[in-house]
Order: sequence, then C-alpha cells, then structure tokens
Amino acid sequence: MNQTIVPAASVLHPTAAFARPVKMRGEKVTVHYGAKQALFEVNLEIPERQVTALIGPSGCGKSTFLRCLNRMNDTIEGARVGGMITLDGEDIYDPTLDVVELRARVGMVFQKPNPFPKSIFDNVAYGPRIHGLARSKSDIEEIVVTSLRRAGLFEEVKDRLHEAGTGLSGGQQQRLCIARAIAVSPEVILMDEPCSALDPIATAKVEELIDELRQNYTIVIVTHSMQQAARVSQITAMFHLGNLVEVGPTEKMFQNPDDKRTQDYITGRFG
Amino acid sequence: MTDLAVSEARAAHPAASERRDIGIKRRYAAERRFKLYGIVAIAIGLIFLVALLWSVFSKGYTAFFQTEIRVPITFDQSIVDPKNSGGKDTKALSMANYPRLVQNGIVALLGIDPSDRTAVRAANALVSQSVRGQLRDIVLGDITTIGKTQEVWLYAASEVDSAEKGQYDLSVEESRRPLKDQQLQWLQQLRDDDRLQQRFNWGFFTFGGSSRAETAGVGVAIVGSIYMMVIVLVLSLPIGVAASIYLEEFAPKNRLTDFIEVNINNLAAVPSIVYGLLGLAVFVNGFGLPRSAAVVGGLVLTLMTLPTIIIATRAALKAVPPSIRAAALGLGASKTQMVFHHVLPLAMPGILTGTIIGLAHALGETAPLLLIGMVAFVADYPSSPMAPSTALPVQIYMWANEAERAFVERTSGAIIVLLAFLALMNITAIILRRRFERRW
Ligand SMILES: Nc1ncnc2c1ncn2[C@@H]1O[C@H](COP(=O)(O)OP(=O)(O)OP(=O)(O)O)[C@@H](O)[C@H]1O
Ligand SMILES: [Mg+2]
Repeated sequence: MNQTIVPAASVLHPTAAFARPVKMRGEKVTVHYGAKQALFEVNLEIPERQVTALIGPSGCGKSTFLRCLNRMNDTIEGARVGGMITLDGEDIYDPTLDVVELRARVGMVFQKPNPFPKSIFDNVAYGPRIHGLARSKSDIEEIVVTSLRRAGLFEEVKDRLHEAGTGLSGGQQQRLCIARAIAVSPEVILMDEPCSALDPIATAKVEELIDELRQNYTIVIVTHSMQQAARVSQITAMFHLGNLVEVGPTEKMFQNPDDKRTQDYITGRFG
Repeated sequence: MTDLAVSEARAAHPAASERRDIGIKRRYAAERRFKLYGIVAIAIGLIFLVALLWSVFSKGYTAFFQTEIRVPITFDQSIVDPKNSGGKDTKALSMANYPRLVQNGIVALLGIDPSDRTAVRAANALVSQSVRGQLRDIVLGDITTIGKTQEVWLYAASEVDSAEKGQYDLSVEESRRPLKDQQLQWLQQLRDDDRLQQRFNWGFFTFGGSSRAETAGVGVAIVGSIYMMVIVLVLSLPIGVAASIYLEEFAPKNRLTDFIEVNINNLAAVPSIVYGLLGLAVFVNGFGLPRSAAVVGGLVLTLMTLPTIIIATRAALKAVPPSIRAAALGLGASKTQMVFHHVLPLAMPGILTGTIIGLAHALGETAPLLLIGMVAFVADYPSSPMAPSTALPVQIYMWANEAERAFVERTSGAIIVLLAFLALMNITAIILRRRFERRW
C-alpha cells in the first residue's frame, strides 16, 4: 500500500519517509497546566526544510505542542513540560541551553496578530536590532524591506513604513508578524493558525510564502483548514485529546489514514 | 425539510409572525433613568466643588492685595548714619532706627504736632512695624539716598489693611473697634491725597512665617514644600518603579511575594499620622536627623507615597497585553529587553499618573509633618533640606489657628496657592500622559 510515497526502508518512522534529516524531535513530550494534563507522551519528528502541519479538533493540544518547540510554555504560569525535545540533536530544555538563543533560532507567529505598538518599520527591525544582525542603518533597511517583501506586504505599506503597525488591517498585521519573524532569519518557524484572520486572497499569499520559505526554513504550522494542510504541508500530524493519533506524509494522511479518528476528522465527521 | 421546520415553529409560537414584545420601551426607560441619575450625581458634585472654590476664593483673593501708604521719607543722616561713616559702616546702617524715619515722615505728612505723644503713636500705628527691612534695603542698595527725601510705599498695619478691605464693621462704637475716629479721618486724608492704595502683594509669595499678618507669606513654605517634593520624587519614583517591575515581572509567585503584596496594599491604607510617628522614631530619634527639616519630611512622605506608586505601577504593568510580551519573547528578546523595550513604555502613562497623584497627596499632607516638628515658626528661607523649614499645608494649618482677620484671608490665600500647585501638577500629568501615550 502506498508504495509510491513510502520507501520500504522507513516504514517504522513515517516522517523519515522523505529522507530528510530531522530538525526537531519530540520524545514522550508531556505538558501539564497545573493539575490538568494537556499532552500525553507525544513522539514527533519534524524534518528539515519541510512543512509539517498539526491538525486536530479544538483544544487537542496543537498550540501547546507548538509552544514546547520554542519554550514559550516557560512563560505560562503553572505549565510543566516533560519528556525531551531536541533541535539538531541538542536538548532544548537542557539548563545550559540559552532560551533567548533558542527563540532566535526557532521563531513564532502567533494565533492572533500581535504587532508591537510601534511603526511598521520598527516592528520588523526590532528582532535584527536586538540580535545585532545588522551593522548599519542601510543593513537594517534592507532586512526590513526584504522581510516585508517576502511576507507579501511590502507593496501595500511601502509608503507608510513609519506609521503604526497596529493601524493595519487584521490580515496585514498577520503578514507583518510573519515579516517580523523571518527578519531574524530563524531556522525553524512555528505558525499557529496564521491564516485564521485572513481573507482567501491574503491566505493564498501566505500559503505561497510558506511554500517559498520551505526552501530555507523548517516550518511547523497549526491549521484548522484541511485544504490548507493538504496544500502547504508535506507531513501532517493529527492530534486528539492531547495524544498524537497519527503522523505521516500529507498525501497518505488525506487519502488513506491508518486511524479511524483521522479519517473521521478529515472528512468532517467530528471536530 | 426546512419548510417543515419553519411551519412547526409557527405552530408552537402562534404569535411569532407578529412583532414580539421584547421590552424595548422598558429598556429605553431604564437607560433614561440611569442617565438622569448620572447627571444628578455630577450636578451634586459640581455644586460642592463650586461652593468650596467660591468660599476659598471669595475669602482668599484679598490676600493677594495689600494696602500700602505712600510716605515721603527723609533719610536723615543723623538717624541713618549717626557715626557719619559716609555709608561705609554697613553694620551701623543696618542697625539704624528706621522706624523713627517712618514716624517722622508720617507725622509730617499728616501735619501732627510732634509733641502730642498720643497722636504720634496713633498715626504711627497706621503703618506696619515691619518697615525696618524695607528702608534698610533702600539705604544699603544706594548709599547716596542718605540725606535725601524719597517717596516710599510702606505696608499699612494689618488693621488698616483689613478695614480697607471692608473686613471690619466700622459703624460700631469707637471703643470697640481697632481703628479710632481720628485714624479713620487720617486715612480719608491719605486716600484723598492718593497716598493710600491696594497694591499687588508680592510679599505674600516671598515672606515666611511672621506674627504680623502684613509680612506673613507663603514663600518659605513653598520652598520647604518644593524641597520635600523633589526628595519624594527622586526617591519614590525609582524605588517604586523598580520594586513594581521586580514584583510584577521577575519575582516568583509564591507565599513570600503574596505576603509582600498584601503588605504593600495594607501600607497604602495606613493613616498618614502613623507614618509621622514612624518618621519621628526612625529618622529623628534613630538616625539623628534634625527635627523639622525638609529631609525628614521628604523621607516620611516618600514612605507614604511608595505604596501608592507601587500599586499604580503594578496596575499599569498588568494592563499591558500579554500578547505584546509573547511577541517580544517569541522574537528572542530577553526578559529585561521585553520589559524595558515594550512593557515599560506602554505602562508609562499609568505610572506617571500614579506618581503625580501620589505626589499631589504628599504635597497636601499635614499630619505627619506636624509630628516631626515642621510646625516650628520658620521666618527664614531654609538654606538646605537639612535646615528647619515648613510646608504649605502646615502653614495653612498654623494660620488657620490665628484669630486676626488678616490671617483668615491669608489662610484662604495659601489654600489658593496650594490648589494652584495641585492644578499645575495635574496639568503636568496630563501633558506627560499625552506625550507618552502613543495612539497606536
Ligand atoms: N494557559 C493555559 N492554562 C491552562 N490550560 C491551558 C492553557 N493553554 C491551553 N490549555 C489547555 O490545554 C489544552 C490544549 O490547548 P491548546 O491551546 O494547545 O489547544 P489547541 O489544539 O491549540 O486548540 P485550538 O485549535 O482551539 O487553538 C486545552 O484543554 C486547554 O484548555
Ligand atoms: Mg491553538
């Protein structure tokens, strides 16, 4: 079955199917919020320079898993993370690893657009500035323009770079946040439902962007849109009630999933 | 299928096609009633405010004017410079018998027989006994005035001033009023000669405490208050903001920080007189700082203001949306960068408002200052925060205890000055708010 996609050698590890090196790996990841357990021993591998989609019904722990990958759960009161997560083989929860450096390598675009109450320019320039990525003013300008262009926003805002980022429309704000995230040139970009506030045109732009970013970055995206998962991702992971139900190449997941719950969810029988 | 559902719904609610009574009228009536309550509440508040301001201003505005009498003073060399030092003996010059010059001047002006002791004394009583300094300054400022005659505006005595401002009932029997018929007649004579005028009372802003109303002013008290405000601002703003940032952003949430939080809230509710006792025990008796010095007052007011500033700052920090913090951290900003680049600027308007409200409270605080001895009678400008000084509200308190009419108006006058300072601070707060508040 499905011989076309899955080479026989890697049946044990579905994500290794693409013969890509593993960028991030979660082993027996558990998360508790206070007494409530939100993730149960999740094992998931995220291949390099691929788009991994996390799907599943609301409240199943997709955002929670995503936040583990750049330790944003550290900032949540009462959140405890167990198990092991590695980036390029290094344990990211190792006490000797610097969380600031980790977040510069693993960027994030949040579920709700959250631009800083500063100008569009300063929003994008902030990351490069604090990490000292640019030597001169013209360097910064170049980074800002490139990032905005890649996020498909530049044409719309080029005349008002010094106006408030919060004055943009919801969809523009979300693309601004994407530009802000890629301005730091992270290795991995985590996107939590980046298109939930966007119209179909803006969504198409962001999907195009994701496809393009895949050349250089590893991307993990949470989405509620099955079509979107099918369009942009190469790997899909299905979560349910804090468990990882199934993970595999997107095509296989959508055509011939192993688990009944995946089947039901994809065909819209629950969610 | 849908048609069926609709007709079923109709059957269950026969009136559904008519307009339902959803209580629109009632809701609007409730809204109108609520608006009315609001307007009434505001009106009551305004009435009280206007009554308060009216009573203060109507009593107090006269304090900004002072009756003065223009008297030709002959700077007689035998009185001013009896040793004939040619003006070089400044010590003798400052000790000269200036009241005598005034007496001679006024006696000559009113055409009184210099040998009529009672008349001379009565005439002399029209001008303030505080002329010494004024005339001395004229002589020391220009030695060549010695031997010449010059018209000088002298402060009238406080009884004359009060009578001029209509604060005495002059129709009562002569023996029961401070000014006698003869004196009133002289005053009329002076008025006709254009020698009696109410002039703007600069002295009110430059003088210090005095037992004579006409030379009592708020100048010294203002300086004391400014010293204390500077001390309070310099100490409580950085300490308060640093403490709040630590508690809000860095401190682990555990029993200890909960305990600290409860205590800070309690401290804000402690009556100010308790802070006065604490200041007396710790700063005066403990550290041996001088009593009635502005430092001690400033330190006590700092203790009092700190909880206010901490509570306001923490509220302002809490109000910064978590999404902004997440955005900064998600980009790899350290916690300190997050706080100083994003959270603090957004919290700044709230912090400033809290600080200025705290300062305004401190400016009007009286009780703790009484306890640390700032009630002392202070006539000279404090040369440093360690020198004895007084404060505006204390000055008001002291004047309010004086019986003389002239002090009543000065009490209200000082209240006006205090209110003006408070208004100034609030305007500053609004301007700073505007400046820091980015509307995006
Ligand atoms: N900060 C938090 N504190 C306590 N519980 C939380 C917190 N965040 C998430 N949870 C709980 O953890 C579970 C997983 O939440 P999570 O946000 O990861 O869901 P999700 O899959 O992203 O859902 P959605 O698709 O609606 O965004 C939920 O039951 C949620 O109630
Ligand atoms: Mg989510």
